[in-house]
Amino acid sequence: MAKGVKPRVRVPGKAAKGEIIEIKTLISHNMESGRRKGKDGKLIPRSIINKMEVTFNGKPVFTADWHPAISANPYMSFFAKVEESGEFAFKWTDDDGSIYEKTAKITVG
Amino acid sequence: MSTKQALSALSRREALLLAAGATIVAAGGVVLKSGTAHADQKMVDEAVMKLIGDKKPAEGKITLELPQIAENGNTVPVGVTVDSPMTADNYVKVVHLFADGNPAPEVASLHFTPMSGKASASTRIRLAGTQNIVAVAEMSDGSVFRAQQEVKVTIGGCGG
Repeated sequence: MAKGVKPRVRVPGKAAKGEIIEIKTLISHNMESGRRKGKDGKLIPRSIINKMEVTFNGKPVFTADWHPAISANPYMSFFAKVEESGEFAFKWTDDDGSIYEKTAKITVG
Repeated sequence: MSTKQALSALSRREALLLAAGATIVAAGGVVLKSGTAHADQKMVDEAVMKLIGDKKPAEGKITLELPQIAENGNTVPVGVTVDSPMTADNYVKVVHLFADGNPAPEVASLHFTPMSGKASASTRIRLAGTQNIVAVAEMSDGSVFRAQQEVKVTIGGCGG
């Protein structure tokens, strides 16, 4: 498991019904591409987060599949239309099967 | 030697080191090319085929936000927006991003839903050198759109 992985998300605390809000996420991770050589001249094995899934009150909003071309400490911003108060759940899946999670609440109305 | 002179000498040395580093990177690129080939337009087309089938993409609807020149290929900001009402029966299902000069053409696949409200997202990507970024969007009605933009990269990423 990659060390020191820390997810951060920015979701507005409040929104009007039907408003389209911007969500920004950042997760600290080396995103080792598998093509870089270490000090010993050997290839460092690939180790990346390959999937990010976002749901709102259990319903899918946005999913991203990531390849090694995604930079270290992956940043992702996207939008969501909110019709009711609830909770966004963020889930990142590592190559090694580790899951990193974060949630954020929003009040609508 | 005054501090000022020492500083300028240091920066010159650093500049030389940087230049040397860039040469090594370039040399590495050549070695890589002879060993594992870099992606090209054909590989991108193949990758597109694999993901969307043999549908003919149309022009338009997609806006790519990319710098014209990226100084650091390790982290290049990329934004993509697809023109769509994003309603339950007319929305963008997925946007695939490709890079035709990286060791592998696939960059990311962004799956939207009507709950996205807006088919727009941004991230940061690695580019091994100057190349084209290709976006292919698949709509809920099965139609496919494609857009492409070149980015000039001063120092390549991908650990080359």
